[in-house]
Amino acid sequence: MSSNAKDLTNLEVQKELLFDGNPTFGSITEDVCKVVETKPGKLWYVLFGISSSLTVMLFSMIGYLFWEGTGIWGLNNPVGWGWAIVNFVFWVGIGHAGTLISAVLFLLRQRWRTSINRFAEAMTIFAVICALLFPTIHVGRVWLLYWVLPIPNQMEMWPNFRSPLLWDTFAVGTYFTCSLLFWYVGLIPDLATLRDRAKDKMSKLLYGFFSLGWRGGNRQWQHYELAYLVLAGISTPLVLSVHSIVSTDFATSLVPGWHTTIFPPYFVAGAIFSGFAMVMTLALIARKVYNLEHIFTPKVLERMSWVMLLTGSMVGYAYSMEFFIAWYSGNEYERFAFINRAFGPYAWAYWIMISCNVISPQLFWFKKLRTSIPVLFTLSIVVNIGMWFERFVIVMTLSRDYLPSSWDYFSPTIYDVGILVGSFGLFFTMFLLFLRFLPMVAMSEVKGALPEADPHYGGSH
Amino acid sequence: MSLFRKLPGVIIAEFDSTASLLHAAEKMSKEGYKKYDCHSPFPIHGMDQAMKLKRSPMGYIIGTMGTIGMIGMLALTYWTNTYGYQMVISGKEYFSWQAFIPVIFAITILLSAFGAFFGMLALNKLPQLFNPIFGSDRFAKVTNDGFFVSVEADDPMYDEAKVKSFLESIGGKNVEVVKIK
Repeated sequence: MSSNAKDLTNLEVQKELLFDGNPTFGSITEDVCKVVETKPGKLWYVLFGISSSLTVMLFSMIGYLFWEGTGIWGLNNPVGWGWAIVNFVFWVGIGHAGTLISAVLFLLRQRWRTSINRFAEAMTIFAVICALLFPTIHVGRVWLLYWVLPIPNQMEMWPNFRSPLLWDTFAVGTYFTCSLLFWYVGLIPDLATLRDRAKDKMSKLLYGFFSLGWRGGNRQWQHYELAYLVLAGISTPLVLSVHSIVSTDFATSLVPGWHTTIFPPYFVAGAIFSGFAMVMTLALIARKVYNLEHIFTPKVLERMSWVMLLTGSMVGYAYSMEFFIAWYSGNEYERFAFINRAFGPYAWAYWIMISCNVISPQLFWFKKLRTSIPVLFTLSIVVNIGMWFERFVIVMTLSRDYLPSSWDYFSPTIYDVGILVGSFGLFFTMFLLFLRFLPMVAMSEVKGALPEADPHYGGSH
Repeated sequence: MSLFRKLPGVIIAEFDSTASLLHAAEKMSKEGYKKYDCHSPFPIHGMDQAMKLKRSPMGYIIGTMGTIGMIGMLALTYWTNTYGYQMVISGKEYFSWQAFIPVIFAITILLSAFGAFFGMLALNKLPQLFNPIFGSDRFAKVTNDGFFVSVEADDPMYDEAKVKSFLESIGGKNVEVVKIK
């Protein structure tokens, strides 16, 4: 009886068509590989030209920064963190949606993830690369960066493992490595597909090398599936732990408005929120440019908007709870910090944040809006702007600390703006290269989610 | 040269669906073949049982690696902050283990991930860029939409004619002997 019940639920899952147009195994291979095997259109070259120019600008500005020091930024005495930390938290946050989609939704057996997971994992890796850039350049004397690692040295000094900045090094470093391994493991069977279809010598050689000689035998799949499952399992706590640790950079300090226990969950929700918005932006562009409307279906997009509605509401709740606790605590510095956020010199940033992060996702309650592609695209960008401003608002709490005599206003310089814009250039350069040379949809997983992949399909067995 | 002697050649047969591959696997293991494999573009549910494979030891590898990471990092934080370089931070003990949890956790995860990745490669004998099975042009379909059974020549029951007729009798099509050229 119980096995019957199980079969029925399976049938229910399979009845729901996740992919439009009744694809077959062969048509999926064809659709996904075609993108890599044909020369990209003009649009790709234009976008690549823009983003790689921005990357060049980024690295030249970083070169100047190394030469001149962090004084080229708009940092001043109370605001010692500035945009570098804003950008760091922003980019790490973007990455979290990728891990959520690839790991958590995998463990929850959410099959709709298969069309977007490769994509989202790539986004994670590139976002974390952009994120790691910022603390690296923010240390000022970048040649002493190795001090954060426990390496025996001539000074006989060891790092202080009680420091949240050191926790960051380990948390984000581990996060990057695990995401990369997880992504690569997922890529192996698909690289083998490209290897078997390759026509010219160069791609035969490269795809052949990186697919490691994959043969798709069940003796290989057996270990492969377990490795994938475990990598998903150990990436899951990382979704929660990495951004929690990032939030302790703030929460363990004594700055009013930062020293709160709400930070870890609030940061994690915000991270997933912004990350889903970024996946949405990228998926909508890719499905348009590469005609993949039948793989990134409205159903998948609608589910992503549910996650954004949920996490957006959690973020809104956190904002109001911060205000409530500031009042309820009776601590006058805490109260001042929050009134100052909403009505002080950075009120403009605060209200941008509220309207982008709290009000705009509420539009997803309406089915008409969450199934409309232009609305989804606009809102996904609005949310990302809002989430950048959230981190900006938090960091700018520094501008008015305990001593009114030291208050100051932070104004970014051209180098602040240039490095932020340049980091987007770096991100999109890597992403465009990924779209050009690697399969952007996890073919073997999409095939496995088709009804025909089930050995019981069609009533046999 | 020794590498090549180990890989003498294979016989492959094509099947048309996941269901027929699963049936073939059941018959192969029932017949008593040992060195055979069932190739498919994606993992097939129930194939491990059909092939009567032993449980993958991945769990032990990953568990060991994770434990090494945890104990190693605990030892490192303990030694460096208690003896290596003593610092009094807000009057706490040198070995204030609560504050070391984040880094210990991170390294536990990191080494488990290495265990999963390198363990998988080792158990699958990857990277193995050369295999006689790639000599078959038809076999390229396996990463697209093909389902194959392969029998290696060092299987104890290997006999070219017998294996071929057996594969045909269980529904295999396009049976092909692939040898190193």
